Amino acid sequence: MGLERAEIHEIVKTKFPDAVLEDAAEAVDPYIVVRPEVVEDLAFFVRDEPRLRFDLLSAITGVDYPDKKVIEVIYCLDSTVHKHWLIVKVPLPRDNPRVASVEKVWKTADWHERETFDLLGVTFEGHHNLVRILCAEDWEGHPLRRDYVMPESYRGIKNVVY
Amino acid sequence: MTRPRNTAILASACIALSVLGPALWAQEAAGTAPTAAPGAAQDGSAVGGIVQSGAVPAPAAEPAPPTAADLAKRYGTIPEQGGLYLQAGFYQLVDALGLAVTLPEWLVVLVALLVVCLLVFGFINVFALFAVWLERKVSAHIQCRLGPMEVGPHGLLQTIADGIKLTAKEDIIPRLADRPLYILAPILVFTGVLIRFVPLPFGQHLVASDLDLGLFFVAAVGTVEVIGVIMAGWSSNNKWSLFGTIRTATQMVSYEIPIGFAFVAVIACAGSFSLQDIVNQQRGWFWNWYVLVNPFLTILSIVYLTASLAECKRAPFDLPEAESELVSGFHTEYTGMRFGLFFLSEYAAMYLVSAVAVVIFFGGWWSGIRPLDDIGMSPGSPPAAAIAGFLLKAAVFVTKAVVLVFVQVWVRWTLPRVRLDQMMHLCWKVLLPISLVCLVGSTLWQMASGGAGLYGIPALLGLGS
Amino acid sequence: MPDIKTEEMLLNMGPQHPSTHGVFRVVVRTDGEMVLETESHIGYLHRCFEKVAENNNYLQVVPYTDRMDYLCAMANNLGYAQTVEKLMQLQVPERAEHIRVIVTELNRIASHLMAFGTYGMDIGAMTPFLYAFRDREMILKIFEKLCGQRLNYSYVRIGGVTFDITDEIVADIARFCEYFEPSIIKEYNDLLSYNGIFISRTANVGVLPVELAISYGVTGPSLRGSGLKRDLRKDEPSSIYDRFEFDVPVGTGEMGTIGDCWDRYMVRIREMTESVKIIRQALDALPPGEFCDKKAFRGVKPPKGEVYHKVEGARGEVGFYLVSDGTNKPYRVKARGPSFSNISVLDALTSRGDCMVADMVAIIGSLDIVMGEVDR
Repeated sequence: MGLERAEIHEIVKTKFPDAVLEDAAEAVDPYIVVRPEVVEDLAFFVRDEPRLRFDLLSAITGVDYPDKKVIEVIYCLDSTVHKHWLIVKVPLPRDNPRVASVEKVWKTADWHERETFDLLGVTFEGHHNLVRILCAEDWEGHPLRRDYVMPESYRGIKNVVY
Repeated sequence: MTRPRNTAILASACIALSVLGPALWAQEAAGTAPTAAPGAAQDGSAVGGIVQSGAVPAPAAEPAPPTAADLAKRYGTIPEQGGLYLQAGFYQLVDALGLAVTLPEWLVVLVALLVVCLLVFGFINVFALFAVWLERKVSAHIQCRLGPMEVGPHGLLQTIADGIKLTAKEDIIPRLADRPLYILAPILVFTGVLIRFVPLPFGQHLVASDLDLGLFFVAAVGTVEVIGVIMAGWSSNNKWSLFGTIRTATQMVSYEIPIGFAFVAVIACAGSFSLQDIVNQQRGWFWNWYVLVNPFLTILSIVYLTASLAECKRAPFDLPEAESELVSGFHTEYTGMRFGLFFLSEYAAMYLVSAVAVVIFFGGWWSGIRPLDDIGMSPGSPPAAAIAGFLLKAAVFVTKAVVLVFVQVWVRWTLPRVRLDQMMHLCWKVLLPISLVCLVGSTLWQMASGGAGLYGIPALLGLGS
Repeated sequence: MPDIKTEEMLLNMGPQHPSTHGVFRVVVRTDGEMVLETESHIGYLHRCFEKVAENNNYLQVVPYTDRMDYLCAMANNLGYAQTVEKLMQLQVPERAEHIRVIVTELNRIASHLMAFGTYGMDIGAMTPFLYAFRDREMILKIFEKLCGQRLNYSYVRIGGVTFDITDEIVADIARFCEYFEPSIIKEYNDLLSYNGIFISRTANVGVLPVELAISYGVTGPSLRGSGLKRDLRKDEPSSIYDRFEFDVPVGTGEMGTIGDCWDRYMVRIREMTESVKIIRQALDALPPGEFCDKKAFRGVKPPKGEVYHKVEGARGEVGFYLVSDGTNKPYRVKARGPSFSNISVLDALTSRGDCMVADMVAIIGSLDIVMGEVDR
């Protein structure tokens, strides 16, 4: 087994001292919160650093907090080499959520970022083809947002509520 | 709706004629016992001359009305042995009924040809009925299930129900399809297969027309089928059909070459293109069958059976209609009876290649047991023996062909499908060199051994031929 | 006519196609039979599971998790239940843990049988499909006896399992294991796995190097086929998997290159043997006792917090990210379906220039995807 979550958080905090906003190592599932600006560097670091080697990106997801006016983008990372895990959360302003894309680091981020863009409206800068993946290409709105309202009709198909 | 009615009339006519036909021949068998001459003696020469038979036009029109023999001589072939060919049989019937005087000659000939054609067509239909049922039952039992059991006892009438369903379907032609080609394609495919049945025997003397170039005819006319398939795929205006077409064109044309070499080796052994002659050369005990005559021909029979699977577009070579890749390949867009024609021609082709394999390799209508083969063949045998022998030979032939069709069905449901480049590799890099080597080897062996059967072993042991 | 192109063809392997394993669209640019480039389009089966989960309470979400990967529904249920239990720090009774392992492994066998059968059909051999379903039918009958359902079980729930496993069902499962392994697996190997045509269709086709696989997030048998011995049942054992002895089969390049379609296929066949081993051990060790936490069955209110948990489903790592705000409805449930990442590697595998249209079908079949968990 690899390092403990607290140790992993320490390594990250040593490398990016001002970027880590919160280190919740005592939670049921520990996570760290970082600034959006360092996402790309952090991604390269955790993938290539020999003690960490997070080569498997399990999922990129997002959570909408309208009362806190943030959308949190969450990266769930896994290491096939050392068999330890890391969860990184990045809070973004809700009216203009933009963060760098990590597509060059893990190729699976391509589709996961497209899904987060599709369902939550987060723009990933540097993504080569940021189009909707699950909803139709000309769909309007981002369904997973808490204030999303279904449109009245889509291309002539009426929205019927039973 | 006239279409189902017309088809039903045609179908019942075929069935009626198919029953009438054997009755006709039985009457002829009672009337004229076939003369004695047994099949030409075992011919050891490697490349004999082509047997010359009939087809010399009669001299200038005689005043007397033409007899059956004259008609047959003019329009068909009378073998030296005498006997009944379908057309000749019809002329004899006309003669016996005394109609030769009253009816114009062209009418007699035309009706004769039509009757023969309908009989063959009827046989194909009935066989296709049987073959579809066979395939469904065999595939079901291979797959641990029962197959059709509802319609008729053990599902025997299932295919008739399917045929009725197909004729009642809506005839859809895609809007952007090339209409003339679309309509012509299934007709061409079916015609290509049907024509190849002309020189094919169903038993001794039971053949539509024994052509001198029988085997060559069968091989050559088969390319009409390829054109039909290409037309079907192209005119459907569907990229998936086009894929199927491209694969078909390459496959069917490539595999005609190993088949051709197998034919040439057998022709070299037999000394004749005519299918009747090739079978007559294999008379006697079963070690005279060409598959057992020398080891090169054994290998060639396997080559032929493999290549004929590819010609029929059957698995493992069913790329043209690969169900899981191309939906249905070149006949995706065809519905109703048009699809029925493709279906029918596939089973007709299966029978055809099996029957040709039986003729050239597996002894034709000879059962391989000498005493059984000699029933009704000697000059003074009673009519009952002649009929029994005749029926036995027809039954033996059709049974052998059906066994080979069963093997084809068996292989289809066991093996997966090959890829296009692997299929081409198999044809050009494996089957073609093997067939070349076997052709040369077989010819040399025949010259050296004098044509003894089963690799020459029974002859060495002193057993009869 | 100067602007007719005769070299390339744009082919649409549309949402409806016999071998795309669900509604999945691939736009293929081909040069004759050689594939130049593919572009995958998903989303045809998107049913907004995550949005629905926000409006239902924790128990009502369980049937929705079934329908993600409907061929291995027990694993999805297990993943969701264990995620909520992890957040609540809930202890599940021993008997329930054993039952969970048994049904998950049985479902894994059923799912791999389906993969085996449909893969044979894609390659052109129709018969193995029927044989696989004959055996899968036995498993589905067991499940029907157990929980009344054949496909979408909703059997594994938060706190335990829904119904107890009776002695009759234990006997059925033991009889199935006796029947299935080793004779039926040997039958499959004789019929399909070592068939010359099948090997020539799948060996050296769709070779997935292990670094590319990890970068694309491929998990499960597809990743193990490339040689990496990664299995969540051994690496992150949740439930009681660490008590059982079993092997993790990996691809070895036996018939061609390591990471080709044959390797991925063979990993699944060998995994079925391992699953039977686990079932036999779990049946032997089945303790008496409670099969569920009855309080949890009536309603669940996890404390505020977030958790991410993964289990090994039949196709890879099924992950659930759960955000709870202290009420009885989840604030956010994100489901990570393994096929979502597995299928994303198709475009990379087919654009290398050595793939034919027939190979593309073989690759999609060997990745063993279910569109239900790609689109959710």
